[in-house]
Amino acid sequence: MDVTWYLVLSALLFAIGAGGVLIRRSPLVILLCLELMLNAGNLALIAFARANGNEEGQVFALVVMVVAACEVVVGLGLIVAMFRRRLPLNVDDMRELRG
Amino acid sequence: MEEVAFFVGAIGAIGGAIAVVALRNPFYSVLALVVHLVALAGLFLILHAEFLAAAQVVVYAGAVMVLYVFVAAYVGGVEEPIWEPIPGQRLLAPVLAAALFAELSIAVLGTALTSLESEGPTIQAGFGSPAAIGELLLEKFLIVFEAASLLLLVAAVGAIVLAGRRQETG
Repeated sequence: MDVTWYLVLSALLFAIGAGGVLIRRSPLVILLCLELMLNAGNLALIAFARANGNEEGQVFALVVMVVAACEVVVGLGLIVAMFRRRLPLNVDDMRELRG
Repeated sequence: MEEVAFFVGAIGAIGGAIAVVALRNPFYSVLALVVHLVALAGLFLILHAEFLAAAQVVVYAGAVMVLYVFVAAYVGGVEEPIWEPIPGQRLLAPVLAAALFAELSIAVLGTALTSLESEGPTIQAGFGSPAAIGELLLEKFLIVFEAASLLLLVAAVGAIVLAGRRQETG
């Protein structure tokens, strides 16, 4: 299998995730779509690591996983805080900071 | 054999991703993401990233998704509103996503990098094993490793501050 196949698959997964962020309005599903995009990036990094024959891309993908875990923790904390304050769980209603 | 494994993994990953976006119930979206992550772990195995495949299943599909399931169950089903703040958003967004995919594909397929046209160089045994990754992480990328651990600490403290129950008097 050429590495190009993996890169095209990663582009497709990234586009699906980006489309999901644009379509869905629930913050929980938007976080899930962000996970899709991060994992598409991970797939591309690992495919490049295979194409170059060294593992440094894999270390980078591992760091991306750490960052994704941090993003999940803070994002889910925000969702729980929104829920506790009886705020609507809809990103379009969160427009108080709009200029 | 490798082609079959690739296409099975790719179909699983794409199906899981589409299900995440398309399913109405956030709980089912989380479960679809688990399918997507396990399929991706299979693809990592084909690319000889054994340690990352294991980490993907244990850390991602295991720990992080349990967190998602808890929050989805705590918050409950979220109603998607009927009205759209931006007119035509539901129609425009898939068009934009398709344009993004086309653009990225053109970039990948039109590149002059010849190393992408092959399977990659032959690799020695132990490529992508925990020993190799750990050696790189603790020798060449030590500062990255420490920065990541600091980031995790800050995120944990931040989550407690954000979601912790506080005194009602304040």
